[in-house]
Amino acid sequence: MALKSLSASRGVNSRGVNSRGVSGRDRAERRVAIRMTAPSLVLMALVAAVPIGYALWLSLNQYSVRTAGLSRFVGLENYITALSGPHWWAAFGQTFLFAGLSVSLELVLGTAMALLLNLAFKGRALLRTVVLLPYAVVTVVSAITWETMFAPNLGLVTNVLSTLGLPGGDVVWLGEHGYAMAVIVLADVWKTTPFAALIILAGLQVISAETYEAAELDGASKWQAFVHITLPLLRPAIVLAAIFRTMDALRVFDLPFVLTRGANGTESMSMLAYTQLRENRLVGEGSALSILTFLTVMAVSVVYIRFAGGNIREVAKEEQ
Amino acid sequence: MSILTAQRTTAAPAAQRRSPKRSSPKRRLRGEAKLHPIVWVFVFAVMGFSLIPFYWLVNTSLKKGVSLSKGELYPSQPTLENYLVVFQNPEFLLALRNSVIIAVVTTTVALVFASFAAYALARLKMRRKAMILTLILSVTTFPAIAIAAPMFSIWREIGLYDTLLGLIIPKLTFALPLAIYTLTSFFKEIPRELEESAYMDGATPFTAFRKVILPLAVPGLATTAILVFISVWNEFLLAVTLTTSPEARPVPVAIAFFSGTSEFDQPLGTISAASVIITVPLVILVLVCQKRIVSGMTAGAVKG
Repeated sequence: MALKSLSASRGVNSRGVNSRGVSGRDRAERRVAIRMTAPSLVLMALVAAVPIGYALWLSLNQYSVRTAGLSRFVGLENYITALSGPHWWAAFGQTFLFAGLSVSLELVLGTAMALLLNLAFKGRALLRTVVLLPYAVVTVVSAITWETMFAPNLGLVTNVLSTLGLPGGDVVWLGEHGYAMAVIVLADVWKTTPFAALIILAGLQVISAETYEAAELDGASKWQAFVHITLPLLRPAIVLAAIFRTMDALRVFDLPFVLTRGANGTESMSMLAYTQLRENRLVGEGSALSILTFLTVMAVSVVYIRFAGGNIREVAKEEQ
Repeated sequence: MSILTAQRTTAAPAAQRRSPKRSSPKRRLRGEAKLHPIVWVFVFAVMGFSLIPFYWLVNTSLKKGVSLSKGELYPSQPTLENYLVVFQNPEFLLALRNSVIIAVVTTTVALVFASFAAYALARLKMRRKAMILTLILSVTTFPAIAIAAPMFSIWREIGLYDTLLGLIIPKLTFALPLAIYTLTSFFKEIPRELEESAYMDGATPFTAFRKVILPLAVPGLATTAILVFISVWNEFLLAVTLTTSPEARPVPVAIAFFSGTSEFDQPLGTISAASVIITVPLVILVLVCQKRIVSGMTAGAVKG
């Protein structure tokens, strides 16, 4: 199964139909298409567009529980408060730090995994199964799993480090910013690298053997072939994996929520909005922070598409 | 493999194209059957990275007291006590029930709506198709907080806060586009000749969809259902924002708020046991439907 082009041409078969009946059938087809798509689009508008529109409205109001649900229009005040305070920018920085670290690790590790899975050897099926297992884990469980790995006294990693007399053995990992961030990144990398690996593997499997034959004739080494042939051809698949993983990493919430509750400067954008909304009951400000998070993620996706859009179309074409 | 790949060989255009995901024994294989020792080191490193955390979670769940706090490499006195504590916890059982209801209902609704839309997007002539697909895909990248924050206010106004229905509705925001996107790529795999012959017999597009496509699309529907189910089961932010009591809390939220049996106890033992309990069914699912999941993940290329 391939990453199919979104704009697959219908050229293959349209000639097979009798050409006089086409236009009538076309019109009927378009009508049916709209009828079949409309329910989903309406439902999505209801569950996505309406809430986001309402969030926008809420963010322009001062609203507090104390005033018994009465709200007051304040314009952009909530945004000004958020953007001029330190919390938003701290969360913004931490989220991007997390996304940068975890996505780059996932791409490197995912490419390595994909290369291994592309080799023909006896244990390949087993390797694929094992690699896929962390994908089955709920993110919250991934967080707990890594908490058990790093917990003081009872963690595997902390114990091994202590036994070997290495630094980090007696550190309360979740209690210090850098260490806590490392655990959060690890939990993410462990769970989602299989996804990146599979996307990259799909890209690897469309590279034909002939591509390498010419290089071999020219006496290129395996490494040269990898750098000059494999990597450039893999680029579209890697970019695709990068896009999906980045979009996901920028929304991060459950890992820091479970591991640190956002302490020690590990709060993400989504967490900050949640905290203002649910714990501090600041509906207006919480909504403003949600909208800011939304705009940030959308802006990143626009940048990605702009710079890698051609790439994605390439993948789509190639992998049909 | 699935019927889709079996069908592939009969479709002329598809047969000429190289299909990247094919696991027939005829697959072209690169590299030798003998691996370099260094490569074996990598293989074992990757396996270790994937498996050791699982081992440690299970290991932690089987220990109590001193054995737990010493961090023994294997439980010297393995005990199932943590598991008993979890299963005797009424909140955990409620959470399991909630998670199952939410995931099953959301997946079913998403699949019904998505199968129609995906067929139209995969097969029929349509205006602005590319735009609609881009829109659907972009919804999957929305940060859930942008939905959760306003829903929190709306639901409290109209009484859906802290209810299962109040969680199913917003979860559709992400389940539906995921289902449409994955299904669209599956529907495209089905050879057109079958529909064409149905049209020759005078079928309408809708009849062709019902009589020809849906039966052939069963494997694709099953795969999509699995992916959507996993993603709904896994979702945390909406669940934690829109619930407050055990009555409506799904499993991930219940575990996140799980505390030990007593203040003096190291709660990580019980929490690990609860984590193992909810991981086992999903691990089995992945083991059984491995090929499916792989094909679905790369077909839709959307994170499950």
